[in-house]
This record gives sequence, structure tokens and C-alpha cells, in this order.
Amino acid sequence: MTDVAADTLLDVRDLRTEFATSHGVVRAVDGVSWDVRAGETVALVGESGCGKSVSALSIMGLVARPAGRVVGGEIWFKGRDLLKLSEDEMRDIRGREIAMVFQEPMTSLNPVLTVGRQITEACEIHLGYTPTQAHARAVEVLGFVGIPDGARRLKQYPHQFSGGMRQRLMIAIALSCRPDLILADEPTTALDVTIQAQILDLMKDLSRQFGTANLIITHNLGVVARYADRVNVMYAGKIVERGTAREIYANPRHPYTLGLLRSVPRLDEPKRARLDPIQGQPPDLTRLPPGCAFAPRCAFAIDRCRAEVPPLTSVGGAHQSACWVADSLPGVAAKPVAEQVPA
Amino acid sequence: MSVAENLPEAPPQAAGDVILEVRDLTKHFHLGGGLFGGPPAVVKAVDGVSFSIRRGETLGLVGESGCGKTTTGRCILLLEQPTGGQVIFEGKDLTKLSPAEIRVVRRKIQVIFQDPYSSLNPRMTIGQMLDEPMAVHGIVPERRARQDRVRELLTVVGLLPSMASRYPHELSGGQRQRVGIARALATEPSLIICDEPVSALDVSIQAQIVNLLENLQEQFHLTYLFVAHDLSVVRHISDRVAVMYLGKVAEITDRTALYAEPLHPYTQALLSAVPIPDPEIESHRQRMVLGGEVPSALNPPSGCVFHPRCPIAIEDCKRIVPEVREVRPGHRVACIRV
Ligand SMILES: Nc1ncnc2c1ncn2[C@@H]1O[C@H](COP(=O)(O)OP(=O)(O)OP(=O)(O)O)[C@@H](O)[C@H]1O
Ligand SMILES: Nc1ncnc2c1ncn2[C@@H]1O[C@H](COP(=O)(O)OP(=O)(O)OP(=O)(O)O)[C@@H](O)[C@H]1O
Ligand code: SF4
Ligand SMILES: [Mg+2]
Ligand SMILES: [Mg+2]
Repeated sequence: MTDVAADTLLDVRDLRTEFATSHGVVRAVDGVSWDVRAGETVALVGESGCGKSVSALSIMGLVARPAGRVVGGEIWFKGRDLLKLSEDEMRDIRGREIAMVFQEPMTSLNPVLTVGRQITEACEIHLGYTPTQAHARAVEVLGFVGIPDGARRLKQYPHQFSGGMRQRLMIAIALSCRPDLILADEPTTALDVTIQAQILDLMKDLSRQFGTANLIITHNLGVVARYADRVNVMYAGKIVERGTAREIYANPRHPYTLGLLRSVPRLDEPKRARLDPIQGQPPDLTRLPPGCAFAPRCAFAIDRCRAEVPPLTSVGGAHQSACWVADSLPGVAAKPVAEQVPA
Repeated sequence: MSVAENLPEAPPQAAGDVILEVRDLTKHFHLGGGLFGGPPAVVKAVDGVSFSIRRGETLGLVGESGCGKTTTGRCILLLEQPTGGQVIFEGKDLTKLSPAEIRVVRRKIQVIFQDPYSSLNPRMTIGQMLDEPMAVHGIVPERRARQDRVRELLTVVGLLPSMASRYPHELSGGQRQRVGIARALATEPSLIICDEPVSALDVSIQAQIVNLLENLQEQFHLTYLFVAHDLSVVRHISDRVAVMYLGKVAEITDRTALYAEPLHPYTQALLSAVPIPDPEIESHRQRMVLGGEVPSALNPPSGCVFHPRCPIAIEDCKRIVPEVREVRPGHRVACIRV
């Protein structure tokens, strides 16, 4: 096990979460370890269905039962293993110490409660605030997320907010009890990039101001580049590469990461004649191949890849990759000179 | 504010004739008072939109969620009756056609939807799904020949001919989107409305589908109206781009001009907010940050609809509705300060 840095806030070790389905067992999270330090923004990226949301739900103790179950591992948070806590103890942590911004805001907001009540309730329960104090806090957090005129807004219902405002409302609720950690699952998908920037800048500001740590789940590589300090790349229930954002982007050491970075068109590069996609289809988690799960799509696979699962090992300091040929991969496509950068 | 587009590029294909012209299109939805009381309201989903597309070209259409992109596409597809304006396709105004003429046009204008899951009938095999439009439009009257054509269509979009006997739930998202494309091609259309054709797909599959669309365009000389959120993908695939904001066109011009020298402040903000997948670049990039909230189409701002968020707005912007002016050849902008 890697040693735990002094300021480690959340330390997920060898987490395994499974779902029983009619097609067989889905190993949605298959022996995954990662950590988040205080004040840091960590990204979890990867293919749809690779286990990102289930990782976050496992931490919150919200995996859909009875089909879903955490079957192994430890989740250390401020000296306690969350997997050993009772439901009552978890309820105190949820919202208070770890808050989650869910993938789809409309499904996690209560449509029949006013916006105000959804914020004040948590403050009263978790922080023991009086209704007056809770109200003041609610106005304050709405201000943080850029919703002016809070006192009036608090009387409204979620459907009276636009999509972008609901996303911000979710973040306001998450912030209201001053959590140490925010798990944000695709917090800005389907929003205009101008609103996306507003929301993510805000989260970054808060971690600077209050030391809040963020886990951002996304498949937008641009968002990761802009906001994340460290990155975990997942594929088929496992972490296949991790490192600082700079390491991952400048020197990807896993063919999947390399493929992702090469496949997206970029505004700062000349238009290409054709894109350079990853071939093949995403994996079926109930029918994974014996060796490396990426092998069927991998341009660099050798015989060993189809037989043995590659372990996550260091490719230089804390930069790790799970690939048998990590050391001999090419770089991200040679870029045409250092370009003028969009201002 | 410039996005590097500085390497020499082949000029866009010699422009064909105008295949589609949308003139001053409006579509208003009337909402009853209803659920939460209040007076009946009008949503100006599309409010005076004009553009044209030349044969063989791709026009990208971008803008905030709810700005009217899908509604514009649905008016062109004759799935919505426009409130006003004209949609002129191959010289004929679609808003004034007889039912017989509409049938012919339906065959020539096809659509690819965002969501490959909900746009395919779960009870039909892929083969039946591709056969149906050909039978309906009498494109290949003979049944045998249609089966051959189904296999050919599947091959064209990169699927195995044997997939004809499969059902949609047996396919992956990317495969379903290929079926959606094959179905659009079945009637030999000349114009395809691609409404966010890659947004619901995995990042690793998006590039496959974008390449496929480009190859098909070359092969069959197709014209695309390509609606999307991702400005990097739009730049990759489009010859020209229209930016919409709250039911109106804010700016429309060549891809190169739009990305290198956007003139409308909303376009400038959009482009400067697109994150570049490179932490090194992002760490010292200056961005233009917009305040405020995207306003509702139910209650649009006076004057220029962008004025409450606009960093360069002046008093006049609250009063004057800017017309879309041609400020340079082929570059049209709706802003009184440009
Ligand atoms: N309730 C459930 N029952 C059965 N399988 C499930 C359930 N929830 C998730 N899974 C499976 O677990 C795997 C991981 O799902 P998860 O939601 O974590 O993916 P994700 O990485 O968040 O994807 P996305 O980017 O699409 O949100 C998927 O294959 C999914 O089908
Ligand atoms: N049938 C309808 N009845 C009432 N309002 C509608 C209807 N269809 C669309 N609208 C409204 O018209 C406006 C434009 O919607 P449209 O779907 O065209 O937007 P869009 O640009 O495609 O958005 P997105 O990017 O989210 O797909 C929105 O305010 C929407 O709520
Ligand atoms: S282990 Fe082999 S198959 Fe897997 S990513 Fe590396 S080279 Fe490709
Ligand atoms: Mg998810
Ligand atoms: Mg739409």
C-alpha cells in the first residue's frame, strides 16, 4: 500500500463494488485505490459505465441495494473506515462532512420543497442552527454560487430555476454545511461552456478559500486540464493510469489515456483532416477478457496483454500506469510547434 | 481573442448552389396559464432566424441549451409548423407545399438524433428499421433488392451485414448511432439534420462517428446542419457556423473567421470558455468571464437579448434590437457595437 500523506482526507483502498444482474455479476468497481488531500481537486475520468458514479456512491454509502453491494476494501475518511460505520453514523457524515453533487440535478432536488427549505433543513440538522441562522446561511451560500437576491429566491421551487441555476443550487446545498469534501458527478454536463466555467471557477475558489477538497467526475478532458491537480483514469472498473494533471497530459503512459487525448479535436490546434479515434467498442463488464480489459481495442497489445492483468505500477514517482508496455508507448501526437494560445 | 487557425488550410470545397434557405423563421409556443396559475405565456423558441446552406457544405449550429436549435431543425423537417417565415428547400417554400409534395421532401431531408437509445423502435430488427423507409418511399420497390440494400447500408456505416437480424438493445451506443445514420441514409437524402449526433456517446466513440459522417458526406455529397454543444467538434466538422442565443442568430460566418476572429461578444465568451485539454496552457490562459444567468425564453430581455450578460453593453443595448448585419463579406453579426 502506498504510504498515506499527512494531509490525506479520503483514502480509498482496494474498493470493490458489484451488481448482480440477469447477465451476471457486474464488477462496477474492481479493486480501486485512490486518495484526496485537503484543499485539492482530484478528477476521475473514463468511459461511460466504467464505474465513476458507483465509486462516488460507494463512498456516500448510497449504492443501490439489494442488487449493488460493496464487497471489499476500505474507505478511510478522517481516521474512520466509512464501510464500518452504521447507517446512522453515515447519515451524519453525508451532507455534513462529505457532500455530493449528483449527475442529474432535477432528480436529486425535492420538487415540492422550496429551494430555501432544501438548504435550511440540512443546516438545522447538521449544524444545529436555529431557523433564523439557517436562513441567513442559505442566503449566504446562494450568494457564493452567484445567485443574487437570495431572500426572494429561497421562496421559489426548483422548477422555477433554469438548468444552470439548478446546478448551482446543488452546489449551494453541498456547500451549506461546510463539508470537507465535495464529490461532484458531472456537475456541468449539458451546460453552456460559459456557465460551466462560472460553476467550476467557483468550486476552485472555495477550495482556495476554505480548504474544501473536490472530487470531480467527468469525461471532459478540457475540464480536467483546467481544474484538476491530480487525475485518475478509469477503464472497466479499474484505474489504468494516475498522476498529476501535467504528467497525464504531457506524458500519458496508458494506451487508453493516449487514445482519449489523441481522439478529441482541440481549438488550439489546426483542424485535422480526420480525427484519430480509439477503435472498437467499450467493454461489456459482464464479459471482460482475461488479461487487460483494454487489449481488444489496444494498438500496442502484445500476447501477454491477453493473458495477464497488468498491475498499476510506477512509471516515474507517483505517476502510475497499468500497462505491460507502458515504457515503450509513443508520446501524444507531435504537435505543430508551440502554438499561439487562445486568449 | 484569437483561436489558432494559423496554418494554411485548403479552402472549403467550391461552394455549390444554395440547397436550403431559412428566412426570418419564427416558432412560438403558447403555454396555457395552467399549473402554476399566471397568465398564458408565449415561448419565442425561434425568433426571426435566417441562414442558408450550400449543397455539400456543413453548417454548424451552436448555442446555450434551450436557445432554439432543435426547434429550428424540426421546422426544417416539417415536424413543427413555423409561426412565421419561410423554409426554402431546393427552391420550394416548404411551408406552402401540398401533401404529395411534402412526401417527396420528407425523403430528401433526414435527421440523426442525439439519443440513439430512444430514437430506435425496440421491437423492430435493425433490418426492418432500414427496410421500412425504403418501402414507404418506394425507393427500392422490390423486396429482394431492398434486402441487398440493407446489407449495403450497414456496411457503409461500418456495421456487419449480419446485424440486420439484431434488435437495438443488443447493440452498443456507438453501434446504435451508426444504425441511426444508416436509417437516415436509406432514403438517399440530400440534407441531413444532425441534432447532437455525438453528445450521448463515449468520448472514445465520438471521433469514430464524426469521421464516419465526414466520409459519408464526401461519398454521397451530403449537406449537413450539424447541431452541437462541443465547439471543438463543431470547428472540426463545419464549413460555416451559426451561433444562436435565445431564439436568435448572434453571429454566422465561415468556420475560419468565426474561430479566428469572433465578433459577437457572446461568441467571444463562448470560445474563451472552452477548456483546452492541456493543463500547461490552461494554467496561464486568460478568459473572458461572463456574469449573470442565461435568461428565459419566456421572458426575454428587452433590446439585445444578450445585454444583461454582455461585458460591452451600453444603454442603447437595452432598447435597440440589433439586426443581423453583414459586417464583412459573408460575416453577419447581431450587435450594435460591432
Ligand atoms: N443499479 C445498478 N444495477 C446494475 N448495474 C449497475 C447499477 N448501477 C450501475 N451499474 C453498472 O455499473 C457500471 C458502472 O456504472 P457507473 O454509473 O459507475 O458508470 P459511470 O462511469 O458513472 O458512467 P457514466 O459516465 O455513463 O455516468 C456500469 O456498467 C453500470 O451498468
Ligand atoms: N413543444 C414545446 N412546447 C413549449 N415549449 C417548447 C416546446 N419545444 C421547445 N420549447 C421551448 O423552446 C425553447 C427552445 O427549445 P429547443 O429544444 O429548440 O432548444 P435547443 O437549443 O435545442 O436546446 P438543447 O441544447 O437543450 O437541446 C426552449 O425554451 C424550450 O423550452
Ligand atoms: S496492457 Fe497491453 S492491452 Fe493493455 S493497454 Fe497496455 S499494451 Fe494495451
Ligand atoms: Mg456516472
Ligand atoms: Mg436540442
